[in-house]
Amino acid sequence: LYLKPKTLAEAVSLLASPGGQILAGGTDFYPALGERLPHGRVVDITALGEIRGISVESEQIRIGGLTTWSEVIHTSLPRCFDALKAAAREVGSVQIQNRGTVAGNLCNASPAADGVPPLLALDAEVELASAAGRRRMPLAQFIAGNRQTLRRRDQILAAVLIPRRMEDAASAFVKLGARRYLVISIAMVAAVVQADETGRVAEVHVAVGSCSAKAQRLDELEKDLAGLPAKAGIGRAVRAEHLNTLSPIDDVRATADYRRDASLTLVRRALESCVGSR
Amino acid sequence: MAITEKLPAVRADLIVFSVNGRPVDVAAPGTRRLSRVLRDDLGLIGTKVGCDAGDCGACTVLLNSEPVCACLVAAGQAAGCEITTVEGLTGRSPLHGRLQQSFLSHGAAQCGACTPGMLVAATALLEKISSPSESEVMDAIGGVLCRCTGYRKIITAIMEAGASAALKASPAAGEAVGARVVRLDGKKKIEGTEIFGADENPAGALGVRVVRCPHHRARFQFGDLDQFIAAHAGVMLVLTAKDVPGIDCYGVIPRFADQPVFAHHEARFRGEAVAALVGEADALETLDLAEFPVRWEELPPLRTIDEALAADAPRMHPHREGNVLVRGRVVCGDLEKALAEADVVVEGEYETGFVEHAYIEPEAGFARRVGDHIEIQACTQAPYMDRDDVAKILGIPPEKVRIIPTAVGGGFGAKLDLSVQPFVALAAWKLGRPVRMVYSRTESIVSTTKRHPARMRLRAGATRNGKLTALDFAADFNTGAYSSWGPTVAGRVPVHASGPYQVPNYRAVTRAVHTNIVPAGAFRGFGVPQAAIAQEQLYDELADRVGVDRLEFRILNALQDDTPTVTGQVLGEGVGISACFEALRLRWQTARAEAAAFNARAVGPLRRGVGVAGMWYGCGNTSLPNPSTIRIGLKRDGRIALHQGAVDIGQGSNTIVTQICADALGAPVAQFDLVSGDTALSPDCGKTSASRQTFVTGKAAYMAGSKLRGEILKLAEACDCATIEFGDGSVTVIEDGKRKLIAVREMPLDAHGYLITCEATFDPPTSPLDEHGQGSPYAVFGFGAHLAEIEVDVELGTVRVLKVTAAHDVGRAINPTLIEGQIEGGVAQGLGMALMEEFFPGKGENLHDYLIPTAGDVPPVESILIEDASSIGPFGAKGIGEQAVIPTAPAILNAIHDAIGVRIHRVPATPDRVRAAILAKAKGGARG
Repeated sequence: LYLKPKTLAEAVSLLASPGGQILAGGTDFYPALGERLPHGRVVDITALGEIRGISVESEQIRIGGLTTWSEVIHTSLPRCFDALKAAAREVGSVQIQNRGTVAGNLCNASPAADGVPPLLALDAEVELASAAGRRRMPLAQFIAGNRQTLRRRDQILAAVLIPRRMEDAASAFVKLGARRYLVISIAMVAAVVQADETGRVAEVHVAVGSCSAKAQRLDELEKDLAGLPAKAGIGRAVRAEHLNTLSPIDDVRATADYRRDASLTLVRRALESCVGSR
Repeated sequence: MAITEKLPAVRADLIVFSVNGRPVDVAAPGTRRLSRVLRDDLGLIGTKVGCDAGDCGACTVLLNSEPVCACLVAAGQAAGCEITTVEGLTGRSPLHGRLQQSFLSHGAAQCGACTPGMLVAATALLEKISSPSESEVMDAIGGVLCRCTGYRKIITAIMEAGASAALKASPAAGEAVGARVVRLDGKKKIEGTEIFGADENPAGALGVRVVRCPHHRARFQFGDLDQFIAAHAGVMLVLTAKDVPGIDCYGVIPRFADQPVFAHHEARFRGEAVAALVGEADALETLDLAEFPVRWEELPPLRTIDEALAADAPRMHPHREGNVLVRGRVVCGDLEKALAEADVVVEGEYETGFVEHAYIEPEAGFARRVGDHIEIQACTQAPYMDRDDVAKILGIPPEKVRIIPTAVGGGFGAKLDLSVQPFVALAAWKLGRPVRMVYSRTESIVSTTKRHPARMRLRAGATRNGKLTALDFAADFNTGAYSSWGPTVAGRVPVHASGPYQVPNYRAVTRAVHTNIVPAGAFRGFGVPQAAIAQEQLYDELADRVGVDRLEFRILNALQDDTPTVTGQVLGEGVGISACFEALRLRWQTARAEAAAFNARAVGPLRRGVGVAGMWYGCGNTSLPNPSTIRIGLKRDGRIALHQGAVDIGQGSNTIVTQICADALGAPVAQFDLVSGDTALSPDCGKTSASRQTFVTGKAAYMAGSKLRGEILKLAEACDCATIEFGDGSVTVIEDGKRKLIAVREMPLDAHGYLITCEATFDPPTSPLDEHGQGSPYAVFGFGAHLAEIEVDVELGTVRVLKVTAAHDVGRAINPTLIEGQIEGGVAQGLGMALMEEFFPGKGENLHDYLIPTAGDVPPVESILIEDASSIGPFGAKGIGEQAVIPTAPAILNAIHDAIGVRIHRVPATPDRVRAAILAKAKGGARG
């Protein structure tokens, strides 16, 4: 059964009775079906205009869950979103960017989801809507593991909220894959670097994807980088031990050893890119 | 259909939207994929389905002017939207006409399966940016995979769409050969009207779903099949091994036939069919195959060559000792003595993996029973072979089987073997209703053939002056569960493993080894690309050891017209390999100097390198007959019917064969009407493989054209110097300025329905190989050499190919545009094989884990065509299809070594492998 509610209220009430599955951009929904046909109650939420688009609020920037990656690319956003935009351009292909949504990327919770590292590096939170109301939680908490989230079946990821605290910070995203387009990353890194007025690192966030069950921030590294000069050469401060919290695996794309080794290079490059001349 | 239920939301049973400017309403479940709605409900078959997962982009359409994959859009999401498919592009803007023309004139469409998606994606770009840059074009089409063209002609066609001039007129009589004739089947491909395997669905057709083994090896038992049928409405029949009326043992090489339509008791590979469900297509689609009553008992599989060769390994086929399907051997001179006496000896071991053909069109077709005949319309590379095997399976004479080949959306070897044909034929035969089947991408990947993984050990010796004296080559190929083309690979490789060089002392031995993996079969080059990866890398090492420039080493040792090959064959003419290498010399020197300068300046992680590799490849079957027969007929309207049975899988045989025939006859190409390779209509032109169609079928067309010319001249009692003018409803012979009309109106029609019918058969002269592999296995070889310029990121191990220069001796370039298309496509596949392509059985059975190059991965390719004619070929022409893929991978691997000093012994050279080799070298020399 196919249902296409027009409002969020309608949608969450449809999801309140068990058994409904959400369909949005379809870029994960259909591939997951394989040769099977959709079955059960499918709630197509793409008509919910109220949770689409990007708006600037006093303390935060709100990305509606239904915002597509193409919309992220084509919206004028503060500098700290450069990494997210770069990631958006790396999502599949133009065809996928035109349909795939930010919320879908997060809810699918692939370890290789391109959108996750930049949003983690932006300290993003998610807003979950259900018939019981709305609740917020940090993205880092929301994604619980490989294809696991804390979203209940009756909840819709209505928005991603990014604090405006660091909006002038430089940011960068680097993705490593075995071909140019339509590629699942072997490893990827997003970095956000906020320099203080003396040119030193006031705050830095680094997140690595495809190297553990879920993308991770490198807390130790972030601490160690604070206070260092935010200029070329910052990458040299990154040591292999900083990546010890990652737990990469061997798969068809690369070995675990390689992921560990390459992600060190990618972290250095992302940081250099943040502090380099642009 | 959806179950009706009263709910306060929009129901989408009747979906109203607009397609190509026309309002439509479709009654369909809201979740049906838009691609299905367009194709099945609206009959807009121009939109192709290649993967149903957004991985290939073949189904790209515009949704409110933005490109999307129609397979990922729910029908309900199209409600109220404007959808544009390839069929609607013409009406959308004048831009599109220019884009289509540009695709035609640049040869941007080969098989045509990706073409609709490419055109739609390009339209979205050009409507925003009228003169896009190369990188803007790449971004726009990066989501549409193409397996034929190598993308470069597509990129150029899009960039130059604005400037596209009118198409050149079709060449005049006698001027076809050598002309850049636009492919004769091109218009259908760019309009989206070409009929591929999945594009027709006869009224009332039933569907088939095949139950396949989920394990590499398993015994199985069925439960109550009758009860299953009774419990599932719409399922009419379950076919198993018991239902095969004829001989349940097929294979492309009859002597080695060993494959059942359905496994008997034990399945030998993951993906092997054990049963087929036949019934109403809608009902089958909703069926959960997990409910099918079959109990699997998993058995320990033989997955690798070593496991299969182990002394205690179970025998996969009772009559094949040691699980060896077949051995190959070519020996000449005294190898051990020569190696002992060589000034320098190098050795190495190289490995390659399974490679998937990954054509954009998955296998598809349908069958219908007509009395005591069966007709099968499907995509295939080998109509007559299909006919004979289906006849055997059904237990009926071959004359009662008609194969109607559709356009083929890429083949590259895998569509030589049967796929859907036995299933649809058996079902239609039993039920008397048309039965249709379309493979899913996963089904295509798990059940159709792959390139053979190879493990190769080599030793090579040379004098201190750089003269090659000896090569010892031993290779094992993982041939999978059934024979398919394993014998051809094992037989062809020893003939070719020397490369296009004079090697006086030589031993090449091969084995094709059975394992519990999907059969390895034919894939562009039949094992020779694997051998070249080993041999061309080893020769680089040899050149370095003797201190001779790597290109000059090859020139020094290149085969000549009068030097014997390793099988003792002296070709006598048409050995254009030296010319190919020499054509690369200038670029070699310049590129090496540029790379050296770049590396000397480099402060970052990037290093550049240049590599070269050579190739030779025999056209046609190895020492076996492989005739082609061409029939042409003069029609009453003065036009020529050309029964062109060589299946065009995108490479261009429809056009090339016509060009050859046209010049032999002396008629303009435009005068010809092509008749397809339908076995009821056209004689056998053999299979489209072994780079034989230009050479073998082309020669038959030349002979048939010449014959018809002779017959017409005879009617006019004219001499051979006369010309023939084919008009609209008239044929005139002109001799010494005198015009004689042929009485086309009065002449009776012959048994074929023509005024005059001529047939000609050509079978290339070869001789059998003796026990040492000595003889003349091929009448003609194609030669070539590629030069690759690459850049390595040493910190990440990633490799970017910057440029490939490809010199090929094609004998005579019948159609330079189509030849360039083959070369560029070959380069792209070679690049894939070198850098990213490997199929892991049981993992990644889709096009996002199995990676082929995208538009952003293939560099500019400069083609240099050498014409060292082989007089036996039509106008001197040789094959190019497989030749084009062979040297790319070794050239890239040699360039990697040139850049960073590491030798890659296991392809693909994925970033992890390259980086591991770099780290190993830094640690102290252990090789990667």
